[in-house]
Amino acid sequence: MLASGFVLDFLKGPTLALQDFCLLTGRAMRNVTRQPHYSDDIKLQMDSIGVGSIPIVLLTGFFSGAVMALQMGRALQQYGQTGRTGTVVSIILVRELGPVLTSLMVAGRNASGIASELGSMKVTEQIDAMRALGTDPIQKLVTPRMIATGVMLPCLTVIDDFVGMVGGWIIGKLLYDLDALQYWSQTWHALVWSDVAQGLLKPFVYSFVISLIGCFYGLRASGGTQGVGRATTQAMVAASVTILILNLFMGLIFVKYSGT
Amino acid sequence: MAATNLLEFDKVSVEFEAGVRVLNEVSFAVPEGQTRIIMGAAGSGKTVLLKTAMGLNRACGGSVRLLGEDITHKPENQLFEIRARVGMLFQDSALFDSMTVAQNVAYPLLNQKSIQIPRDKMEDKVRESLRFVELEQAITKYPSELSGGMRRRAAIARAVVTGPPLLLYDSPTAGLDPITAHTIMALIIKERDMDNTTALVVTHRYQDGNLVANFRYNPDNGTLDPASEKATNTVFMVLREGRLVFEGTQTELEACSDEYVGKFVKKPEMAA
Ligand SMILES: Nc1ncnc2c1ncn2[C@@H]1O[C@H](COP(=O)(O)OP(=O)(O)OP(=O)(O)O)[C@@H](O)[C@H]1O
Ligand SMILES: [Mg+2]
Repeated sequence: MLASGFVLDFLKGPTLALQDFCLLTGRAMRNVTRQPHYSDDIKLQMDSIGVGSIPIVLLTGFFSGAVMALQMGRALQQYGQTGRTGTVVSIILVRELGPVLTSLMVAGRNASGIASELGSMKVTEQIDAMRALGTDPIQKLVTPRMIATGVMLPCLTVIDDFVGMVGGWIIGKLLYDLDALQYWSQTWHALVWSDVAQGLLKPFVYSFVISLIGCFYGLRASGGTQGVGRATTQAMVAASVTILILNLFMGLIFVKYSGT
Repeated sequence: MAATNLLEFDKVSVEFEAGVRVLNEVSFAVPEGQTRIIMGAAGSGKTVLLKTAMGLNRACGGSVRLLGEDITHKPENQLFEIRARVGMLFQDSALFDSMTVAQNVAYPLLNQKSIQIPRDKMEDKVRESLRFVELEQAITKYPSELSGGMRRRAAIARAVVTGPPLLLYDSPTAGLDPITAHTIMALIIKERDMDNTTALVVTHRYQDGNLVANFRYNPDNGTLDPASEKATNTVFMVLREGRLVFEGTQTELEACSDEYVGKFVKKPEMAA
């Protein structure tokens, strides 16, 4: 009896938080079709989340592609198949590494950024002021961030994939003396539609994880600057872990239903 | 003639954690034209009371009527239209720090659906409101570049820009020097006497209440002139740990024998 009470108490916090998160998600989604639309805020967020993340995405893409070509080339060398490096790099980048690494990077940069911005607004009563002055904070703050991330993250992933292939090619050229034409035609032919679908659907789904978790922790912040700091770290950790977990499940689904 | 009540609390209770009442069965009514001074120790629930009046906090018991409508259980999206007719000054000003003073003041004009002002009139309105608080020179500054007193004034400009009939001021003078505090109180009195607004003013300082109760704004030379208590229609209210322990006029307040209430009153002979 006592133990079950304890367990219930222990679960109450996370359950309530999950419920709040679902409510926030529902309201943010519903607002997409509702007036007023804050298009200025959406553009601003696209700029800060999308354009602002390009440098970091270029770097991650290039180096992850390069290091993959390095290791794959060596492994394939044992079977005398160095020539297949392009195929392997392309499939792994587009299906897995591109979406996950881009999303993790953007989570580190923006889930925390969103949480700290909204958190500071929360603890300085700006969120209450917003409500008092006739704006729904979810409509004004959460929905624009959700839309902006949803549009930009798939785009960033495409950039990441491409730059990764370039990185792979440079390593392949320098170390394994791969033929450029062969490499690029392989990367292209290796991909089937389900790979592309998977490679774009994943970041689209993770974009909601990033923006909504960031907003959720930000709007829950309490207790001054320390609370904002806590919200920021929690948002980043929660978003990253959720992305990694979801990634396995989405991978499983695609493997099961696309037959490859 | 019974004036209509702009705000009514009927046995309102507020809890943040189960069992801990931050407001405990508070009842009062604010008729049109009245100014209500709310005093009480730190943590007695003054801010919570104002936020509950705006529907920013929900009551867990009793009912709140704002501008004639029961807002106790109204969903958030139906509250915006009512809130548009109430101005609120937050305790820490709560200016949007990513916007300039002008953008802050224009915010309610732009965002309240019930307020339709043509774009070209907007600038005039904002300037007029900032002129009212004598802050026109700071129009392009960001809140972080202002002093505490200037921030308070900018926040007052934002609260009054839509010309709301009811104003809620949360600790307008807290943490300010006596001169600036006096300027801010003079603004509140000016707003009351120029636009005939109803107001709730939370304050720790008895002299603020005294000023509101005994002075009127003179539009001819911009000074405060002594006036009778009747003319200013001021009522005092004292909160203690979420309960309303005193409600009455200044004379009644000064005569009140309760020790806690007495602590908020600076009696004239003692002040001298
Ligand atoms: N959002 C909240 N969550 C939990 N408790 C709260 C919240 N807001 C206020 N309280 C509690 O309610 C009580 C009253 O707070 P309130 O801010 O109304 O005090 P106050 O009278 O305005 O004090 P001060 O003069 O210092 O501004 C405090 O004990 C505070 O801890
Ligand atoms: Mg307060």
